[in-house]
Amino acid sequence: MRLITHNMLSCNIKGVTNGFPLKIEAEKVIEKEVDFNPDFLRHMFAKIEWKALAEAARSMGYAELPDDSPDAAVIESADETFLRKLHHALLELHLEEGALVCPETGRKFPVNKGIPNMLLHEDEV
Amino acid sequence: MSTRPELLAPPEIFYDDSEARKYTSSSRIVEIQARLSERALELLALPEDDVPRFLLDIGCGSGLSGETISENGHHWIGLDISASMLNVAVEREVEGDLLLGDMGQGLGLRAGVIDGAISISAVQWLCNADKSSHEPRLRLKAFFGSLYRCLSRGARAVFQVYPESIAQRELILGQALKAGFGGGLVVDYPHSTKKRKEFLVLTCGSVPTSINDGHKDSDDDDDDSEDEENGMVCVSDRNRPRKKQRTNKKGKGREWVLRKKEQSRRKGNDVPADSKYTARKRKSRF
Repeated sequence: MRLITHNMLSCNIKGVTNGFPLKIEAEKVIEKEVDFNPDFLRHMFAKIEWKALAEAARSMGYAELPDDSPDAAVIESADETFLRKLHHALLELHLEEGALVCPETGRKFPVNKGIPNMLLHEDEV
Repeated sequence: MSTRPELLAPPEIFYDDSEARKYTSSSRIVEIQARLSERALELLALPEDDVPRFLLDIGCGSGLSGETISENGHHWIGLDISASMLNVAVEREVEGDLLLGDMGQGLGLRAGVIDGAISISAVQWLCNADKSSHEPRLRLKAFFGSLYRCLSRGARAVFQVYPESIAQRELILGQALKAGFGGGLVVDYPHSTKKRKEFLVLTCGSVPTSINDGHKDSDDDDDDSEDEENGMVCVSDRNRPRKKQRTNKKGKGREWVLRKKEQSRRKGNDVPADSKYTARKRKSRF
């Protein structure tokens, strides 16, 4: 699972009001190279929760992202160093084994072979 | 298709390891899936500006439909309830991210982040109650409600469905409309029972433009097509009241009687002549 997906995922248990962001317990992280596309990153930037992304990247062992959300100007500028970092964090880091933890209930969603198991028990629906 | 897989077992059990492998190694299914996903993407009508979009593939299975999305240069998340199917997808090294989840439990995604959703032959599974806790109506409601939330404004969702019956189709459409979606059904090859394919095209949060190109040049039947798009079918009331008689306390009045007499005369009946007594009210003491 990439961090772009983690940034979209929230806990879906009934009654949980603040199920985002899910904490990452990483056991195995792998990197896969993906083509760099600045247009896509600019398009996605508005939708990304920066704090959650920076924190998630840190828990995966990548601490290059700043804590505070950068200005839109940095994103639009021709300088690609920042976009490269964002690209790496969003699309190239994969959580292979580990777990996602709901911030409110502490419920663990295990991640196996890169697939998070988001199935809920009957009493959580 | 003589037997429907939906009727045999729940999806997470039906698509076990052997069935998942069979599904993906059948060249016929692969070809059909590719064609369906191609068409679904076309109906999704993403803006053509070469910017990759972030799409959702609901019931992605082994990633056959996701491959088409990747070929078109978009990123995607796939959701499926069958772990075996997802394992096959991992083996095939699909590019999207995979989630093991049940769409009937709602999608746990943040609001407004997805640029579009497709689903190939999956939503009809929701119409079955596979466990005692399952209630198809509620599961459809949870699914469409959460989908509506996570789509960005103006985004579309395209579902290719095989509804079993008209009632099932109406159930799916009805729940989608209740969740706030606009849109309707697009039918390919309506004349053929085998090739016939139904696509549910839903738009989120904006005034639906023309659903398919055929609607563009037909201004006259705007009202009809709008009804079709909204999935509303005019059904006349079964026990409608008898022809309402326009009577009030005063009776029908002299004018009405005169008109009726004139009508009868024109038919050639023998009708008494009109006089000052015609349609005169009787005194109350009578």
